[in-house]
Amino acid sequence: MGVSAFFFYVFAIMSVFAGAMVIIAKNPVHAVLFLILVFFNAAGLFILLGAEFLAMVLVIVYVGAVAVLFLFVVMMLDVDFAALRAGFIRNAPLAALVGGIVLVELVMVVGFAYIQPEVAGVAAAPFPSLGSGITNTEALGRLIYTRYVFFFQGAGLILLLAMIGAIVLTLRHKPGVKRQSIAAQNARTVQTAIEIVKVEPGQAIVPSGETRG
Amino acid sequence: MELAAVGLGHYLTVAAILFTLGIFGIFLNRKNVIIMLMSIELMLLSVNINLVAFSHFLSDLVGQVFTLFVLTVAAAEAAIGLAIVVVFFRNRGSIAVDDVNMMKG
Repeated sequence: MGVSAFFFYVFAIMSVFAGAMVIIAKNPVHAVLFLILVFFNAAGLFILLGAEFLAMVLVIVYVGAVAVLFLFVVMMLDVDFAALRAGFIRNAPLAALVGGIVLVELVMVVGFAYIQPEVAGVAAAPFPSLGSGITNTEALGRLIYTRYVFFFQGAGLILLLAMIGAIVLTLRHKPGVKRQSIAAQNARTVQTAIEIVKVEPGQAIVPSGETRG
Repeated sequence: MELAAVGLGHYLTVAAILFTLGIFGIFLNRKNVIIMLMSIELMLLSVNINLVAFSHFLSDLVGQVFTLFVLTVAAAEAAIGLAIVVVFFRNRGSIAVDDVNMMKG
């Protein structure tokens, strides 16, 4: 058993174990941390497959952004997570049924599938040859900035859309908050700011704009 | 113990198990939206493992390009989904799926 096979089994077993813990963990914070572990192990699998760039993107984007976002939301929401787990056992048979069917289907697909030898030879964008010195990142960059540039731009638009959407959804203006209005401040003149009143002795003055309470 | 050399089938099996765990999680935690979102992330990750495995064993970079796009969409989906969860919690004080019945669909 070679080193890469050993690491494959380590990453595979760890990711499956952590994936199982994600869905059965009692504490959602633990679930998020196990999700992070799944992502790390998947990144290890990616490295074994020679996709270093995607492995690093997985760690940066998923662990650095998505999982932390989950963590923030889980910690921010004051939810009784124990109550949400009611029906956990009741749902288990249905879950086992559906999950079992899907697993059997997938195993059948994996077990009986094979790649025809002539298909393996017709890559749309073949790997750079080993001697060329082109790294995985560079090869990927050459591809997405040329042939797939419109898809790349589309992905950027999707991210922009998600960003604006998330901001619009969660932005709220509280009614009671006083804000500085620079335009209103600059539009003030002496006439609107100062009022000169002659006060007769022994009399009270009610400023304009207010009523005597 | 002599183990077979790691091939395409091994990676596809790992991805299949992770995908099944994702489906399992959605059915198991039918009340907790956050765990459901995490299960969806798990399923998308398993799809990514599939794509990268095929990319490696067919020596075709397009699989990795597609993985990049799946990653993008997954990140966008997580951001929007969590924003919806936050807004829903603000309005109803709960994130239980059973409480999502305002529209009586």
